[in-house]
Amino acid sequence: MTVFARVSAVGPQETRRPVETGRAGPTLRGVPASLGTSAGAAITICGLEKRFGDKVVLDKLDLTVPAGQFLAVVGRSGCGKSTLLRLLVGLDTPTAGTIDVSSSSVATQSRIVFQEPRLLPWETVEQNVSVGLGEGRLTPERREKVALALAEVGLKDRATEWPSVLSGGQKQRVALARALVSHPQLLALDEPLGALDALTRITMQGLIERVWFAQGMTTVLVTHDVSEAVALADRVIVLDAGRVTLDIDVKAPRPRERGSADLAALEGRLLDAIFGVADVVY
Amino acid sequence: MASWTSRFAPIVPFALPVGVIALWQLGATTGWISDRVLPAPVEVAQTAVRLTLSGELLGNAGVSALRAVSGLIVGGSIGFAMGLINGLSRVSERLTDTSLQMIRNIPNLALIPLVILWFGIGEEAKLFLVALGVLFPIYINTYLGVRTCDPQLVEMGRIYGMSRWTLFRRVILPGALPSIFVGLRSALGIMWLTLIVAETIAASSGLGHMAMEAREFMAIDIVVLAILIYALLGKLADVITRALERRMLAWHPAYQSR
Repeated sequence: MTVFARVSAVGPQETRRPVETGRAGPTLRGVPASLGTSAGAAITICGLEKRFGDKVVLDKLDLTVPAGQFLAVVGRSGCGKSTLLRLLVGLDTPTAGTIDVSSSSVATQSRIVFQEPRLLPWETVEQNVSVGLGEGRLTPERREKVALALAEVGLKDRATEWPSVLSGGQKQRVALARALVSHPQLLALDEPLGALDALTRITMQGLIERVWFAQGMTTVLVTHDVSEAVALADRVIVLDAGRVTLDIDVKAPRPRERGSADLAALEGRLLDAIFGVADVVY
Repeated sequence: MASWTSRFAPIVPFALPVGVIALWQLGATTGWISDRVLPAPVEVAQTAVRLTLSGELLGNAGVSALRAVSGLIVGGSIGFAMGLINGLSRVSERLTDTSLQMIRNIPNLALIPLVILWFGIGEEAKLFLVALGVLFPIYINTYLGVRTCDPQLVEMGRIYGMSRWTLFRRVILPGALPSIFVGLRSALGIMWLTLIVAETIAASSGLGHMAMEAREFMAIDIVVLAILIYALLGKLADVITRALERRMLAWHPAYQSR
């Protein structure tokens, strides 16, 4: 996969996809049709509070995320963004308030990808991805699903290898395949590209955008990289001391041009909100 | 240069032992080493052939091997089970770990007099001593392996809805395996040591007994033969463990041929 994979995968004539209408919008070229479309889950958060002892991490947070939206959460470290994500996928329980994640399908499934790939080193790439399918043997049917997920992240021919021979970016792609193989309605990404080098990161951003476009799940990306948030998300919120201090829509058409003036202006606004205007040295 | 090393690579590990034996033979033939100190290798080989033909050698080696393996199985299983239980359960660890640590620090060979009083020189005595000896290294390393299991992987398993059994089978046990093998290796060493000492002191068969009996008849060739067989058995145990490791830890970067 080259650095420019995103550009070739996303045809330039396909412009912005209306988020609210879910999967009815235009499709990206180069995305296998067999992937199917799972509707995204809508998220409604009311008065969410999380405290660890005396420390208030999330403070009466209200947030509504429409189904299929790509939301990015940015903020300084310790602002509560990772905690929000863990609460969203049920890894932690809130101190007060409610989180409602619902979708049209019967069972809403959420998956999280961490900064570390967290692959089982003693299982092959294929077996690792099959973890995402839950309990059970690797039947031919499951194997096919796994192969599809691996194809989606461009690692189809690495199925039988051990994770230890893969590069950092490849491991993270396996982790992504593991999260995607069960077609979740909510995909939570906790700084998934934080440990990767700059070039791999750009490739991976393109991959995440493409996968989101193809599957249509609601995606929440927690990141400290403002330009990444602006490049990928429909909407970016800034968290500070457990509250949303800025909530903006990114209306730039996809595929987005890196370093365009519009995006740069948005980045500036976000950084101002994160640091306060006075702190930022331009 | 590369072809030279690759052609001789398989025999390199044996160069040293073969060289030592050659020097030894040379020393014995020239009379530099007295045959009352060390018999010539050829003489030891002749003894080996003689004892093999009479069935004495194989019989004793078989008896010893059987004792070693059964002691390893009994003690190893107990140690492995205890290690798993204490690694997984805080309650059980609080209850038994202190006691196990106390018993662990008693050299198992110090129990020989007591064991002879309890069991005489029967098979139970050897089984007990070997089992006790191998129990602790396997216990400690299994426990350590389970305890040091990567919590991030365990969390991942939980998120993906693994049941407790699956979590154990797919995450905890494979993660503990390298450590368990370390335990097995040191257990094998203790196994031979304990067995030979026990057979030397209290037995009527086995390699240790054969060597002890030979000492009484001043049959130094048999004593040396017994010692050489220990070395070969040690090597054999090591080869088996390595093969197991290579198979079961194939995922580990250290076992990937690259």
